[in-house]
Amino acid sequence: MTTPTPTTDGSGSGLRRVGLYTTLVALALIFLVPLVWMVITSLKTYTAAQQIPPSWLPNPIAGYGYEQILNNSANPVLRWFLNSMVAATLHALLVLVTASMAAYSLARLRFRGRGVTFALVVGTLFIPPTSLLIPNFLIVDQLNWIDTLAVIVVPGAASAFGVFFLRQFFLSLPNELEEAATLDGANQWQIFYKVVLPLSKPALATLAVLSFLTNWNDFLWPIFVLFSPEKLTLPPGLGLLQGSYVTDYPVIMAGAVLASVPVLILFVLAQRHIIQGVSRSGLKG
Amino acid sequence: MADVIEVGAARGDAPPPAANAARRAASAGRTRRATPYLFLAPYLVLFGVFGLLPIVLGLWLSVHQWDFQLPNRPFVGLDNYKQLFSSDSAIYGDWWQSVRATAIFTVLSVPLLVVVPLGLALLLNRSFPGRTFFRAVYFAPYVLGVAVIGLLWRFLLDANLGLVNRLLGVVGLPSDTPWVTNMPWAWISLVGVTVWWTSGFNAVIYLAGLQDISPELYEAARVDGANAWQRFRNVTLPGLRPVLLFVITTTVLASANMFGQSFLITQGTPGTETRTVVWFIVEEGLRNNNAGRAAAMSIVFALLLAVVSIANFRLFRYRED
Repeated sequence: MTTPTPTTDGSGSGLRRVGLYTTLVALALIFLVPLVWMVITSLKTYTAAQQIPPSWLPNPIAGYGYEQILNNSANPVLRWFLNSMVAATLHALLVLVTASMAAYSLARLRFRGRGVTFALVVGTLFIPPTSLLIPNFLIVDQLNWIDTLAVIVVPGAASAFGVFFLRQFFLSLPNELEEAATLDGANQWQIFYKVVLPLSKPALATLAVLSFLTNWNDFLWPIFVLFSPEKLTLPPGLGLLQGSYVTDYPVIMAGAVLASVPVLILFVLAQRHIIQGVSRSGLKG
Repeated sequence: MADVIEVGAARGDAPPPAANAARRAASAGRTRRATPYLFLAPYLVLFGVFGLLPIVLGLWLSVHQWDFQLPNRPFVGLDNYKQLFSSDSAIYGDWWQSVRATAIFTVLSVPLLVVVPLGLALLLNRSFPGRTFFRAVYFAPYVLGVAVIGLLWRFLLDANLGLVNRLLGVVGLPSDTPWVTNMPWAWISLVGVTVWWTSGFNAVIYLAGLQDISPELYEAARVDGANAWQRFRNVTLPGLRPVLLFVITTTVLASANMFGQSFLITQGTPGTETRTVVWFIVEEGLRNNNAGRAAAMSIVFALLLAVVSIANFRLFRYRED
């Protein structure tokens, strides 16, 4: 039996097919069971979660974990959730606007200093961001941004990756469209806004989703620049939660579920874009 | 390749030479000359302040004794660097222990993070119903942040209440392994969790690479009588070489920058054996108020990583010849 992909040798034989699916399902269980266990535990009572051996189904289904985190003023999880949502959204927008404009300039305009600018931007891709942590801390300290929304939104938005990624995409667009627009009297801003951006929706969506995910999940930076309980984002907040509910796993898991749900929904909706974005960012150019 | 739009002011094919039109064209030309820079400006402001300035500031900090709480921040030359390399300094032991922890984690995790995802990618590269679903399932943990992963696995690996020991007990294996508090279990846990968390990411990159390998090469190999292993060895691996180089380089960097997993799962234990370089740098810089020394560590660390990456590139190029 022939199949389109070259490595499908023998997938026609029934026995091999059974073997393939057995492997696939076993692996899927390894990837999914921990996540399912997180949700199950978040729906248990404290005593049910302490039970040995543990039960697979929460019986009864308890809102205990969620009640604890939603009604506790010392750990305002809902507030952290909103902070994360606002910060990650603004961050993604800021990346989109700045990176798309810069990438347009670097991909499709000709000017003095273009080569140097591009080399500089790409060069910083090779510097591990963690090695700039201390100086960046001093800079945001000087700006009086410690413990503010700006400190989460802005510094990471200088995305060399975003510029590089969009530039590659813009380079692949056909020239004729721009030429036609120029003949119609459009200036560069209009070409950018009315021709290039609409044609780049898939790339822009990918970058937006990846930027949102990165910002939503960031842990190292927020734990050092946010202090007040009401200013935290979810990742450092979860750390705090673990500290105050040491072994109360339903509460901790409820927090983890809250932090996971938005990104898992985003992933399901944008799965193809994310996966394509990842593979493209790795390979081309 | 030179698909770039001409925005020069005075072009040969400019509009008719009526005086008015010429003046208008000249003024438009001036604004158009500025246009590329205006497009760049917002990004360059961000990039300057949070990309370039920190590099310069880091170098400057590293030659000063910089204590947040003291008004005096004297120039100390290379002292901060010397302390990292002289065994009689107070920080020498802890610093090299963190380097050692990072090295151990990197050496243990990178081979698995290169090989396991390759296996997943080969499995998923076949065409079968449900392929997209399985690809998404294997990738899913990666979209969760280290904070969630850390809390989740701290719980799963809990010696008494954790699911891992429970399941091991069910199949008759020892069910009291101290996964997060004892050696060598702490390293096994950190590596295992990282493989579980990030394998899907590398697998997707491999998949893209596999799709770029021409099917004719496989056909030709088959005609020559090559078996599955020989086809993998002589067609797949050479075809994946650029992808492998990318995966190995980025994975080494990611593993060397590990912080969240040990901070949340093993909490550095036992003792400080799983405290990594990144963790130690932020602790020294922000907790112990020694930004100068932390900056020096960052620079030594970045240079170490650069050497590893360059060696990696060299090795691959050499093999190619």
